[in-house]
Amino acid sequence: MLEIKNLHARTLDIEILRGINLQVAAGEVHAIMGPNGSGKSTLAHVIAGRDDYEVTQGEILYCGQDLLGMEIETRAAEGIFLAYQYPVEIPGVSNKEFLRIAMNSIRKHHGQPSIKRTEFVSLLKENLSRLGMDKSMMDRSVNEGFSGGEKKRNEILQMAMLQPKLAVLDETDSGLDIDALKIVADGVNALRSPERATIVVTHYQRLLDYIVPDKVHVLAGGKIVRSGDKSLALELEDKGYGFLQELALS
Amino acid sequence: MTSENTLLEEFVQREYAHGFVTDIEADAIAPGLSEDVVRLISSKKNEPEWLLQWRLKAYRHWLTLEEPNWHNVKYPPIDYQASIYYSAPKQRPKLNSLDEVDPILLETYEKLGISLHEQKILANVAVDAVFDSVSIATTYRETLEKHGVIFRPFSEAVHDHPELVKKYLGSVVPYSDNFFASLNSAVFSDGSFCYIPKGVRCPMELSTYFRINAQNTGQFERTLIIAEEGAYVSYLEGCTAPKRDENQLHAAVVELVALDDAQIKYSTVQNWYPGDAEGKGGIYNFVTKRGACRGQNSKISWTQVETGSAITWKYPSVILQGDNSVGEFYSVAVTANHQQADTGTKMIHIGKNTKSTIISKGISAGVGQNNYRGEVKMMKGATNARNFSQCDSLLIGDRCGAHTFPYIEVRNSTAKVEHEASTSKVGEDQIYYLRQRGLSTEDAVNMIVNGFCKEVYDLLPMEFAVEARKLLSVSLEGSVG
Ligand SMILES: Nc1ncnc2c1ncn2[C@@H]1O[C@H](COP(=O)(O)OP(=O)(O)OP(=O)(O)O)[C@@H](O)[C@H]1O
Ligand SMILES: [Mg+2]
Repeated sequence: MLEIKNLHARTLDIEILRGINLQVAAGEVHAIMGPNGSGKSTLAHVIAGRDDYEVTQGEILYCGQDLLGMEIETRAAEGIFLAYQYPVEIPGVSNKEFLRIAMNSIRKHHGQPSIKRTEFVSLLKENLSRLGMDKSMMDRSVNEGFSGGEKKRNEILQMAMLQPKLAVLDETDSGLDIDALKIVADGVNALRSPERATIVVTHYQRLLDYIVPDKVHVLAGGKIVRSGDKSLALELEDKGYGFLQELALS
Repeated sequence: MTSENTLLEEFVQREYAHGFVTDIEADAIAPGLSEDVVRLISSKKNEPEWLLQWRLKAYRHWLTLEEPNWHNVKYPPIDYQASIYYSAPKQRPKLNSLDEVDPILLETYEKLGISLHEQKILANVAVDAVFDSVSIATTYRETLEKHGVIFRPFSEAVHDHPELVKKYLGSVVPYSDNFFASLNSAVFSDGSFCYIPKGVRCPMELSTYFRINAQNTGQFERTLIIAEEGAYVSYLEGCTAPKRDENQLHAAVVELVALDDAQIKYSTVQNWYPGDAEGKGGIYNFVTKRGACRGQNSKISWTQVETGSAITWKYPSVILQGDNSVGEFYSVAVTANHQQADTGTKMIHIGKNTKSTIISKGISAGVGQNNYRGEVKMMKGATNARNFSQCDSLLIGDRCGAHTFPYIEVRNSTAKVEHEASTSKVGEDQIYYLRQRGLSTEDAVNMIVNGFCKEVYDLLPMEFAVEARKLLSVSLEGSVG
């Protein structure tokens, strides 16, 4: 589903990604770990299409298509979803309105009619209760005044409503209490299916107890320096990143 | 690599949808302004002597005034002798029946989305349509008259209800008030007159639709609304003009009078032609709007959505004279391309326990300049008076500006004034976030702008809120990507 080949990306000043290779097949869950500043969020944003980053080398194929040539909203409409490490506030726009317009934008892209109000409401209700969110949150402005954990849950709600093909979760577990962590993991697991794939960026192996990954990758210095199965996460927790960073520099 | 910023800058290229010209024969006088012109206008309208004298006093006073220059807008000097001060569609409208109105005019209003055919009009809105200098049709007159509500062109009211016009004309905005108000008093051509008798709740929204069509023509209309004791009226005003390369002057005066327990809600969606992307053409909108809360417990609310005009100079104000009276000002003002706006309000608290609320939302894009100028005065007798003001500015792109000028004067120690102000930018991160959820850049900006304006939209009459939203999105529409 996703094929990243020798990806190099930079800002005006610095090169951040320095030759990433990654393949994620439909049905899989991949975890990406790595020290602060190693480029995990940058990778997520390059997949989503943020234009602060310039791709200088390499390519990304998504479902066989050249992803880097697509607009941000086209990628979204084609099923790419990024759960932000730092979700953004949109004052004055209710969560409900935002969700409805987002869903309809994506439907429009696929030539489908707008969702019926009743259908939308019942879908929303179902997801809210699954995520243990109060429906009063839906009348509040998008992320405005939300606690850290509430913002993260709200990202998962959006994911549940938009039903992406490829979800990239950037540290969605940070700032969540234990109960919320389980709920979020349930949300991700609910979307697990042979047609979908998920990339979870995390610092904690704890999340991987709930979302069991098919593969774990370690990103350091803008490269994937190690890949393995779930046991790699345990090893990291044990040894830290120190030994891997040496690998990255060599 | 395209940055969000260049996208945003391209964003301010706008299409003005109402820029067509109606080809209709007009009865216009030669350009220029003199006592003779004032007399000519008055005689064309068959006015009584007292009104002519009032105009002449205004004209003579105007000659002694200088054009104000304290505002923060720039424009080349206006040649007042080059403008035409009276232009009317040639066929005189027979106001008893819409069928007798020139079909070309009806078509014009249809094109603008304002149907003058009563059966087609959105439920419960009576419309007075003013084309260049004269009122061409007022709908729903009979229904309104059953309730004792008088709603008609100003020029007719002068004949039908001279006592009311004489009593209230200039009582809120005197002819000597300011440069543009004096000019208007001298040469005003038509406008709407509205009177709600004691205890009557006006059964429908009243609306005036202003259209400037003729070239080189100034539009100077006057609106006068009187709400007697316990009366209520909601009034809507809309305006458009064709695209023309030269600037056109619009200097209107609106006077509102609310007596005991009366309430007037005045909403404006102003969409005069703003000029092209290079700043050529567009309407100069220099308007004096003021309401007097004369009676106890009276209330006047101004709600405005200003998206048009090359220059907007406008400060809808409320004089809070009656005890416990309430004044409100809710405004959304957009300046894109080369538009300039200097707008705001004045709340003059005279009576006890008077209250005022000001919420102003300024949006600037392109190289637009948006100024909020607000004055709150608490006079000696304004015991326990309260004001709350909130001025928020939203910037789209890096080349536009927003400026806030609050003036506060408090002469009563029990009075309280609160002022809050904020400036924010449409964030690249916000646009990115929304696009990641599937919205186009345009939809994303619209969503952010609509969110920013929400507090004011919530206060507009339903149909107007829809129109305002649409207008705003057109204003900011552009060749993205
Ligand atoms: N827009 C930008 N401009 C300048 N530097 C940037 C930008 N984005 C990222 N960087 C830098 O690139 C490096 C990688 O950042 P990134 O956010 O991808 O790290 P991360 O692996 O997600 O870290 P964390 O675990 O702390 O979230 C950092 O040094 C960061 O400061
Ligand atoms: Mg990160």
